[in-house]
Formats: sequence, structure tokens, C-alpha cells
Amino acid sequence: MFRSLAVPEFLAKIDQVKCIRCKRCIQNCGWSVYSWGGDKVLIDTFKCVKCLRCYHYCPEEAITIEDNPVKYRSNANWGFYQIRNIKKQAETGGIPLTGMGSDMPYPVLFDNLLIDACQVTNPSIDPLREPMELRTYLGKKPAKLEFEKVAGGKPKLKTKMPPQIKLEMPFIFAPMSYGSISLNAQKTLAIAAKELGIVMNTGEGGLHEDIYPYRSNIIVQVASGRFGVNPDYLNAGVAVEIKIGQGAKPGIGGHLPGEKIPLDIAKTRMIPVGTDAISPAPQHDIYSIEDLRQLIFAIKEATNYTKPVSVKIAAVHNVAAIASGIVRAGADIVYIDGFRGGTGAAPVIIRDHLGIPIEYALAAVDERLRQEGIRNEASIIAAGGIRSCADAAKAIALGADAVALGTSALITMGCTVCGKCYTGNCSWGITTQRPELTVRLDPEVYAERLINLIHAWSHELKEILGALGVNAIESLRGSRERLRGVGLDGQTLDLLGVKPAGR
Amino acid sequence: MSHNFQKDISGCGLIGIINKDGKRISGGFICKSLCLMNDRGNGLGAGYAAYGIYPEYKDFYAFHIMYDELGAKTDTEEYLKKNYQIEKKEPIPTAPVEGIAIHPILWRYFVKPLPEKAERETAWLPDDDFVVRTVMKINSEIDGAYVFSSGKNMGAFKGVGMPSEIARFFRLEEYEGYIWTGHTRFPTNTPGWWGGAHPFTLLDWSIVHNGEISSYGINKRYLEMYGYKLTLLTDTEVVTYLFDLMVRKHGLDASTACTALAAPFWKNIDDMPEDEKAAMTALRMVYGSALMNGPFSILFGHSKGLVGFNDRIKLRPLVAATKGKTVYMASEESAIREICSSPDKVWAPRAGEPVIVELETGKGQ
Repeated sequence: MFRSLAVPEFLAKIDQVKCIRCKRCIQNCGWSVYSWGGDKVLIDTFKCVKCLRCYHYCPEEAITIEDNPVKYRSNANWGFYQIRNIKKQAETGGIPLTGMGSDMPYPVLFDNLLIDACQVTNPSIDPLREPMELRTYLGKKPAKLEFEKVAGGKPKLKTKMPPQIKLEMPFIFAPMSYGSISLNAQKTLAIAAKELGIVMNTGEGGLHEDIYPYRSNIIVQVASGRFGVNPDYLNAGVAVEIKIGQGAKPGIGGHLPGEKIPLDIAKTRMIPVGTDAISPAPQHDIYSIEDLRQLIFAIKEATNYTKPVSVKIAAVHNVAAIASGIVRAGADIVYIDGFRGGTGAAPVIIRDHLGIPIEYALAAVDERLRQEGIRNEASIIAAGGIRSCADAAKAIALGADAVALGTSALITMGCTVCGKCYTGNCSWGITTQRPELTVRLDPEVYAERLINLIHAWSHELKEILGALGVNAIESLRGSRERLRGVGLDGQTLDLLGVKPAGR
Repeated sequence: MSHNFQKDISGCGLIGIINKDGKRISGGFICKSLCLMNDRGNGLGAGYAAYGIYPEYKDFYAFHIMYDELGAKTDTEEYLKKNYQIEKKEPIPTAPVEGIAIHPILWRYFVKPLPEKAERETAWLPDDDFVVRTVMKINSEIDGAYVFSSGKNMGAFKGVGMPSEIARFFRLEEYEGYIWTGHTRFPTNTPGWWGGAHPFTLLDWSIVHNGEISSYGINKRYLEMYGYKLTLLTDTEVVTYLFDLMVRKHGLDASTACTALAAPFWKNIDDMPEDEKAAMTALRMVYGSALMNGPFSILFGHSKGLVGFNDRIKLRPLVAATKGKTVYMASEESAIREICSSPDKVWAPRAGEPVIVELETGKGQ
């Protein structure tokens, strides 16, 4: 085997004077970049992904990871990764894989939207001194309510309310399966969700018995592989989600190779140890919208109409019409995953070139459901590239009931968005099943960091609401009047339903 | 003027009077009170709504329409003729007033929707719904025509000017009503347009409003989902339509509607007894997009009563008082004392707590 002609992306360097030969880097690197050479640490820089685990765990600060200054000859047309991918494909004949959301420089419309604030004519509100409400309920809402008067004049509800998911703040954790992430990572999400009064989502890998105690903060997912699905599973959480697609890889399925299916995962997914876990591209009992309706109602029957059913789709060109169909098919929640959404593994070609960004999709779906008079029939979850509370606030103003956080939650666990989740070597113990790596991720410790993040974003969101002069999240939801576009063309503004700054 | 690119902001003073026995009060009386609060307006808008002023036509919808030019009048009347029995039409009586140099062409029509006529595009609609549709149609489709009043036995009178000027212009001392509301306006970026003055009305709902609705964006989109067209360049319009939707269409009573519009906080709801908690939780879930957030005090008049209420943290003033069978509500206590020097009781309603006054049964109609 000849040496790869694909130029390494990063150069791992050890300052040999500072290095005390403690070998901690060797132990920490999940990619085997480092090995012991008898008197010093040897480096195979081709393997480095710049996850920075070694950098943080070197006690002497002897390690630096640099971007490789040796690039191909600069060319405005042929970029580094285009040439490098061709070389890799020439060597392997395969489809280059990747993890995380697209890193291509497509426009991020959140960065072209600015939020309003109060001056003089209406007072801003101080969230440290006045109540500021973020509570959110996800699920179908009736168009109107009926009350009957009882003695004492207090209204008594006559309308029967459909089941709802109660969130103390409009954030949920995005679906990430046991298999794509480690059990410890799932536990971290579960502990944080319970503490925060929000929900996590099992993803399509079934529900491990260790997560069952968190059932009141869990959405269970049913995807094309139907892993781990049984009546107990469907009734285990507060809602059931049917996964049709994922923003990072719309239209394609998933493949967890047999070597990544040890006993524990096999049990949870209800498949034999060592067999490939294949999620087909479509769900093979859903070839049409009417088939989806049947599955939605099959799940509602199985859960005795006590759980909202969510349908997760990737944001694609015709997303508004698709979402309308999903709502009319009986879904209580529509989860829209934008093009920049994360993944544990996807072909680069699919991740970087299929789908549309969440901002467009969300604006189109919210508007379409309103035009059709059915916006109350389902809640909207927006996902795929929410990087900060500002993105979340803008998504809510565009019309989302809540936003889902995947990548940002993983970053609190140590993730540096290196994008190599598909290798199963994650040095931080997140996207790996290797026991010596997963043991690093202590759920109790990392849950605290995740809780900190969501608390911080909640405080930020309250500050934004206060500046807007409103004291409940529902007054921001869909209130596009409070957004202005900067540097956007007329048609884009029209699509977003947002005025340009200055108007 | 492009309606979608305007949002009117204003501060204001307001006054409302209701006699529970349905005894009619002269318009001169309310004008006196409103004029005390001249500081709260800047001459760019004032208006009044009165109930019980057209007893001889009480079975007809009284359309008050302002026209920018005669072409709009021709188009509007053509539409009305096709769809309505027009019992009477006349210019709204006005008097020359020094401060009011220009004004739109003002007409009123006493009408009844024609039953089962081909021209009535949607024969299955109840009369009230058809009238709402007519108002939306004229206001959004006929350029230069605005219906600013469409209820029975009631009317709105409003325009650009100080309260005293508008009252003299419309000769309000000649009208008598059992409910009056009045409004003086301090717009900060007004187009100076007669239609933008308060009250805003639809059927027999009328709203006068002091404040800014910070949740305007979502309130508007929520109403649009139910076919309302918001054309009048101000956020106060949403209040009128929210009441119409919740009370007339959804059948909520005024008190429940007010509770939805200025909803209690979750921390209070969580401590309520089970039934009330379930009712309030559902109300907030279902009518979250109707929650009016931001500073306001509002007087909401209808043929059977008057409701006054504040936003959920009382960011704008509202004072109420009673004297015998008459109830007063105003931005300032002084405005009440100007016309009722020794009220039986004066109080400031708490945030989000509506003051609901209804006519005693059978009175006033």
C-alpha cells in the first residue's frame, strides 16, 4: 500500500523540550495519531482531525495542532477539498463520508436578520425584576375553546385538550441515536432534559434501559429501520416521532456497520449482535402521504391517543406543501431539519448539496399553514444550524414553536465540530462506542455543563423579550414584524415575510 | 399607501361612560371630559363612539364611510346597492370648524343585507358575517373608501383634530347615547389620516386604546388566518378584530376574552385550583397568539355594555368610578371628576383585571 497522496489537513506538533514523556496524548487520542517510539512520542499527522483532545490533556502545553500550511497550489476554482476528495476517491473508489452539518460557505440568513427593541413609545421590560415567560406547549391546539360557567363565575373547560409536550423553555434536544452517540452522551442529554424541564429524543436507535427513568423527558423515535420499536417503547416517552428525513442527508438512509453493534446496542435496537443496522432510505410502509397517515394513526392507536405524534422531515424544496400534507395527515408536531443540520455520518456529496436552509423552510411552512388556516393544528420545531440564542430567537420570530439543538448540545460535552463522528473514534467519548473512550464522558459532570448552556440561552432569550417589551414567548412566536433584514434582496425578504431594515 | 409597510405608533388619553339604565347622555358631556386631557393628544387624531344614537334606524346597520374622492363613493355605492337594502343615505352632518381645513367626504348609510340575492356572493352567511366581509372588502379593495363604523344603533365619529374640534365638526352635542367612548391621540409617526383615529369599530364593537401592542406582528398574523384583513394602519385595529373573533365567532364571554388577551402569569396559574388551572392553561395554549403584549389600557364598547382593561403588568393608566347607575373609566381621575365631581367610588383596576359593566336587562336597546 502506497502512502496516500491526500495532503494531511492538520499538523500535530510536540515541543520536545516541554514534553515530559507522560504519554497522556497517546492514551487520549482516539485516532492513534501518537505512538511511543522508545524515547519520544511519534506522530502520524495524517490521522489528526484537530479534535484538540490531546491539546487539552497535555499537562505541559507541549502540543500544538496547526492547519497544514502545505496546500495545493492556490486556485480560485479548484479548492483544497475538491482536489483532496478526488485524490481520496482515486485511492478508494468510495464515497467520502463526513459528520456534523455542512461546513460550506452557503449564506446563513440568521446573520442577515436583526431583532427590534423598544424605545420611548413602549417600555422595555427588565427580566431580572419582572416575570418573563418561556413556557411552551407542543402539540395540536383546537381552533377555539368552550367553557361552562360554574358556581363562583370561574370558567370551567368543556373542550377536551389534545395531548401536549410541556417545555419550560422553547428548546429541545435533537434526536441522536444510541449507536450514533454513546450511551453516556444520551444519559447526559436525559439528565439535563429532566433538570431543565425540556425533552431529549432517542433518535432511531431504541431506548436503552438506563434511560427509562427519564421517560417524562423523552421523545421516542420511529424511523425506517424500526429499531427497538415495540408497544412499551412507543409508550415510554411523552411523544412519538416518525423520522422521514434528516437535514444533513435528505432522501438517504443510514448504515451502522455490524462491527459497531456490540451486545448492548444490539439489545436496545432489538437486532442480533454484529449485524449491520440498516435504515432504508424511505420507510418501506410509507410511499405516500396516505401511508404516513396510517402510521400516524397506528401509533396513536398504540398509545391510546395520549401522546402527540411528531413527524420529522428534512427541509427540501417543496417543504411547505409537504408539511401541510403532514399536518392534514394528523401529525401534532412538524419537525423541520434544515440543510445545515448535523449528522453522525453522511456522504459529503449529499450533506453539502441537497436540501435548503432552515430559515427559508421555516418561513415557508409557517406561512403556508397559516394561509391554509391550520397553523393551530400542529406545532413547528425548527432545527438544523441553531448556533446561539440569537438564531433561536430569530427562528421563533419566523414562526417556530421551539428549536432543536444537536451540535450545540454536543459541544458542551467536549465536541469541537471536527466532523469525524462517522469514524467511531471520537476522543471525547461522544460519537464512539469504544468503552475506553466512552468512559471519559461522565454524564453527571457533562449534564451540568449542558444545563449551564440552556440556562444561559434562556437568560439571553428573556433579555431579548424584555428589550422587545413583551413578557411571554408566544408574543415573539411568528412575530416577523419584530425582525428586519439587512443585505437581503427583495425576493428573499418577501419569502421570509420580513421588512428591510429602515422600513 | 401600502398597508403592509406601515405601523402606526401612538400614545393617548381615553374616556368611557355608560349608564346601566340605558339613559341617554349628550355628546357634549364626554367632550368636556376628554378636553381636560389635551396634554395626552397632539391634535393628530380624536374620536368618539356612541351607542343608542339611531333609535329610529335600530334594525339597520349604520355604515359610516369616508371617501378620499367621489370615484371611491361611486364604486362603494355600486357594491352596496347590489348587496344591501339601503333604507337611507345621507352626508354625515358636519359644521365648519376653524382648525379643520380639509376632511374626507363623509357619508352614512342605514342598510340591511339583501337575502338570497345573486349579488350577495355568499348567501349562506349570517348577516353579521356578511357585514364583516363587506367592511373587509371595501377597506382593502376600494381605494380611497373606508368604512369606519358598521354597527346597529351606534356610530363612530373621528378624524384629525383636537377632541373639541372633532366634536364640533361632527355636531356631537346633537347626539344622545347610553354609552360613549372618547379618545385623544398622540401619534408619533402618523400618516395624519382620518381613518387612523380611534375608535376602531366593527359591527357594534368599538375600541379606544392607549398604548402600543408590542405583539402586533403575531396578533395580526393570527387574525389573518381567520380571514381578517388589517388595513387601517394601526395596531389598535387588532384589538377590535380579536374581540370580534373571540366573542362573536368563538362564543367566549367578555371576561374570558379579556383574560386571554391579558393572560395571567404561569406562576399564578400553577397555584390555581385544578379546574381553573386547566381552563387557564388551555386558554393560554390556544389563544397564545392573541395575547396582547405591551403597554395598553383599552375601553371596549358594545351594544350591551362597556369593558375597560389593562395589560398584564399595567404599563398604562386606567381609572374607574361609579356614580349611581353611571360608570366612568378614563386615563386620568381628573377627567372623570371634570364631569362627575363627587363619584360614589373611584378605583384603579389591577393589571389584567377587566372592569365589565353591562346594561341592566332589557335596557337601552
